Amino acid sequence: MSFYRALLRLYPRSFRVEYARELEKTFEMRTRGRGALARASAAITDVLPNATAAHWELLRQDLAYAARSFSRTPGFALTAMLVVALGVGANTAALTLADYTFFRPFPYQESERLVRFYQADGEDMWNYGDVSPGNFRDWKEQQRSFSAMGAYSWRSSNLVSESEPRRVELVATTADVLPLLGVQPLAGRMFTAEDTLTGRAIILSYGLWQTQFGGDQGIIGKFVRLDGVPHAVVGVMPPAFRFPQNSVDGWVPQVFTPSSFEDRNNRFLFGIARLRPGGTPEQARQDLNTISKRVAEQTSAQLSYRTGSAVFTLRGEMPSAAISLIVALVGAALCILILACANLASLFLARGAHRAREMAVRAALGAGRERLVRQLITESLTLAALGGVIGLAMAWAGVPLLSRLIPGGLPVDSQPTVDYRVMAVGIVLVLITGLACGVAPAIKAGRSGPLDALRGTNRAGGGRSKKVRSGLVILEIASSVVLLVGSGLLIRAVARVQAIDPGFRAENVLTMKTALPLPKYDSVVTRLQFYERVLNGVRALPGVQAAGYVTGLPLVMRGGIRSIVVPGVTEPGNDRETASIRYVSGQYFEALRIPLIRGRDFNETDVTDGVQVAVVSAAFVKRYWPNENPLGKRFQIGLQQPEERTVVGVVGDIHVRGLERRSEPQFYLPAAQPGAANVGGYMPKDLVVRAAVPPMSLVASIKGIIRNADVEQSVSHVRPLASVVAEETAPRVTQLRILVVLSVIALLIAAVGIHGLLAFTVSTRIHELGVRRALGAPVQGIVGLVLREGLVLATVGILIGVFVAYAAARTMGAILAGVQPQDPVTIGIAATLCFTIAIVSCLRPARNAARVDPLSALRAD
Amino acid sequence: MTDTPEIQNLLPLPAATFHILLAVAEGERHGYAIIQDVEARTDGELRMSAGTLYRSIARMVEQGLISEVTKRRTAEDDERRRYYRITAFGTAVARAEMRRLAQLLRLARASGLSPESA
Repeated sequence: MSFYRALLRLYPRSFRVEYARELEKTFEMRTRGRGALARASAAITDVLPNATAAHWELLRQDLAYAARSFSRTPGFALTAMLVVALGVGANTAALTLADYTFFRPFPYQESERLVRFYQADGEDMWNYGDVSPGNFRDWKEQQRSFSAMGAYSWRSSNLVSESEPRRVELVATTADVLPLLGVQPLAGRMFTAEDTLTGRAIILSYGLWQTQFGGDQGIIGKFVRLDGVPHAVVGVMPPAFRFPQNSVDGWVPQVFTPSSFEDRNNRFLFGIARLRPGGTPEQARQDLNTISKRVAEQTSAQLSYRTGSAVFTLRGEMPSAAISLIVALVGAALCILILACANLASLFLARGAHRAREMAVRAALGAGRERLVRQLITESLTLAALGGVIGLAMAWAGVPLLSRLIPGGLPVDSQPTVDYRVMAVGIVLVLITGLACGVAPAIKAGRSGPLDALRGTNRAGGGRSKKVRSGLVILEIASSVVLLVGSGLLIRAVARVQAIDPGFRAENVLTMKTALPLPKYDSVVTRLQFYERVLNGVRALPGVQAAGYVTGLPLVMRGGIRSIVVPGVTEPGNDRETASIRYVSGQYFEALRIPLIRGRDFNETDVTDGVQVAVVSAAFVKRYWPNENPLGKRFQIGLQQPEERTVVGVVGDIHVRGLERRSEPQFYLPAAQPGAANVGGYMPKDLVVRAAVPPMSLVASIKGIIRNADVEQSVSHVRPLASVVAEETAPRVTQLRILVVLSVIALLIAAVGIHGLLAFTVSTRIHELGVRRALGAPVQGIVGLVLREGLVLATVGILIGVFVAYAAARTMGAILAGVQPQDPVTIGIAATLCFTIAIVSCLRPARNAARVDPLSALRAD
Repeated sequence: MTDTPEIQNLLPLPAATFHILLAVAEGERHGYAIIQDVEARTDGELRMSAGTLYRSIARMVEQGLISEVTKRRTAEDDERRRYYRITAFGTAVARAEMRRLAQLLRLARASGLSPESA
């Protein structure tokens, strides 16, 4: 019997209280004389289905009741649903981004043991960059930290196969790279040591295999032409495989020649390695540093050789700005959710007060307290569920718009989607929201005796509930202030970044890339002929003001740094003096409106075997010849086989590395004088055209001119230079928009909260206000009473908010672009805005209070 | 005679409900007596468990088909026993259900169908 009695707890409480004894008695008589086992099984088959059915019946009743009650107060229901939808939607979206950035596993085996390694400047590991082949070779031979170690470099090529020629982004890898990632090819094999001697092999990405070769099953062993050179297809990778990031079309072997290892300033490799089990990136870094020191002692003394290393896990080198961005977003979303919950609870509390009589009537009619609480929770959960569905739908639709915020360079799908894990978190959020908002009023409803409420106009506005609601309003105002201050600081940061003068004028400039494949364009003569034909044609187009060629657009090509020696100024062999190198054609400066400060632009007198000349930037002059005439001065490029250049002109500085970064001084060399650096990477391939007409209108004619110059030449990356610059601030602008939207939502929620609280207070104090009026209190006094209550809450909320906002902003330093977290203007505006909204929200309740008619208020008694 | 919408809304009655109505129509019954009564009436075909019975009773009380008898009839009655009797509304509903079933039977007969296999 005790087993049956225990099982009875599965019934709804109201049913159990009513019938438990009868059930027990009946069951006892029904099963009299049976064995213990038979009774136990009878107990289970009796209680389980009936208890479920009983719960289901109650739920149906409560839902029907909730539906009726919502349709009577649609404003309340819609507000509540919207508030939940905003809270859940914002959080699901933010968590999806956080999941992508921080948690989603990479498509490699045991990816937590994978690290990237770089060459760093001595012990200063944060000053790191690409690795030279010489260092890579030494490290690989002597290291003890990694179970495997590889290196790769970027390469883009013209791919010619049976279908149309196309530009492909390839990664040249040493033979170790793909195996150490632990992913098997879908078909074929990885690279062998022989492949890295000839370089004549390619492994296709799944995407390229599908798009360019139609998923040809017999592709392995076929040949494709990369920049005119046949490469054998040796493998195809599976669809989910990405390395080192998304956009890669295929992999080719990295080939080193004996000369690759000579110049240790010739740095172009990226390192990837697998730690031995139990090893840490820091141990590996020490290991590599020790090797470098040893090698430095053995190498020639003329080189001030101070090479250190930097080792990061795959997520370890995400820019701190990108991390701050996502963390700030998640924080803001949580703020909104807390606000939503607080406000919803407040709404339910107010509604609970209004419904106190209804509840009391139901209780008097025999509905147990537990039934009423259950009813209230069903209502809040229903609203939360409906709002949650809307919120999840909003997140699902909105997340792709936020993909910009995911830091580039991670090997994850570039289009984030809300997956089932985040969905599950979203559903939990909904449940918590629903319960949090429903339980407080429900407990209150359960606590108050039905008689109190039936007895008359509920005058019990004070006490605990009032305190709770005041607390909620303070919380709401504080959160709004935090979000407003955050948005304000970011607005200022964006304005500051956008106001940075990049050093060139991007408006009305069209850019595009012509690949100039090797070995076809190996010779400088061939290249110059091509430039001449294209540039002459383009310059002749109506509306074109200037056209030039350059190696890499500013803000796009951020590297291209060489060591330089300035005789009489810097020490020979000092590899710390570096500058940004670009080869340009004539009119490049004019096309970008980079001001010519002294001397001249390059012209037709700068021939290949003439005097080797250079144009330097103002910062270059300031650094090496601060008080001298730079024209005619000489400097050397490179340390191993230095080549000498004579300065013929000085131009303005530009932000090569990005608007928010410090850039090295720049120097420019004429395309006609490639000098010793005559390597593919440095030949000018980017065409820039300044026009008096809308730049994109020229695309067709310019493509025609390029086709005339070389019918096989592919054209890619066609875009206005202005969009390249806009790209620089795009993640900031996106984040700013999101934060502004969140702040507005928060402010609205807070306004609703203040208004709701005061309206509630006024309605519960009508009697008191009426008495005051009857005793001769002036209207202003009554209004002041209500306003004072609202404004005290607002002031407390704002003070707390400013404090929290300051603390939060200090952690966001990386994305504030130098704006101070205690920026008084921002804080002042945010506080004023909040205060204004608070006053506006007080007005209607205050007016209602002023209109209280002393007679009718007293008559209600 | 036309039935009110309140009655019509309850039809057709679940088998258990109808049987319980029949059992309490004859007089006040407590729970276990209802089970026994129904079992005897159906030759043991409908054997309700305690849960099924009281779930039905709870619903029927709410619908107003039966009501609990608050006054104990004799002193020797078990204190735990609760007695139920049919209400006027319950009788009306039971009658309406009977008419519905009779009508159904008439229609079936008229179509020439007979319960015995030919």
